[in-house]
Amino acid sequence: MREPTIVAEITAEPLNGGELSARLRSTEDGAVVVFEGRVRDSNQGRPVVRLRYEAYAEMAERVLTEIASEAGSLYEVGAVGAAHRTGALELGEASVVVVAAAAHRAAAYDASRYVIEAIKQRLPMWKEEQYADGSTAWLGERPVEGEAR
Amino acid sequence: MLLFGVYREFAGQAELGLELPAGSTLAHLVSELRSRSGFDRLPDRPAVARNLTYASLDELVEAGDEVALIPPVAGG
Repeated sequence: MREPTIVAEITAEPLNGGELSARLRSTEDGAVVVFEGRVRDSNQGRPVVRLRYEAYAEMAERVLTEIASEAGSLYEVGAVGAAHRTGALELGEASVVVVAAAAHRAAAYDASRYVIEAIKQRLPMWKEEQYADGSTAWLGERPVEGEAR
Repeated sequence: MLLFGVYREFAGQAELGLELPAGSTLAHLVSELRSRSGFDRLPDRPAVARNLTYASLDELVEAGDEVALIPPVAGG
């Protein structure tokens, strides 16, 4: 089995799934799953006008690398790439991109799903929504589980 | 120690210095913080990172450690 290529980035620059996918291209991989999470215009019925993501950047890079590496050892993939945006994002912009490339599609889908679910569970990243009426709120979606709890 | 997201807003600042007796654990640190004004909304067992890794509240804090309080995460 090949040692998979791993890419993990926390960045304030715009994300592009096609660009990350192109960077991970290999002729050994016949299946590539590109997932983009984008800023949605509402949350639980409230109109959202923009979002701001804040990361514990140094730890987030480490955790994202761990997550992508775990997917790389759990599934038969050639490459796993994950990037998460920080700072202010407008509606429709990508906040997260996951690329999983494998010889066959099952491993690519599985690895992609693993990475996005793990990001939601433990990437030290926080989201502040700004609403149409000018108010803002920090979303507390998932307490981190583990020994600390 | 480092504070993020809603926990930073409890403090009104992103970094706090704390002096703790030798032998203190992360749980002691959390309990010291919760006695400060603004931190009454901090959960009694928040997630904590020590030196960039999620840590158990039973761990000892050592001089020079980078400790961060981790609010419920909301990436993706």
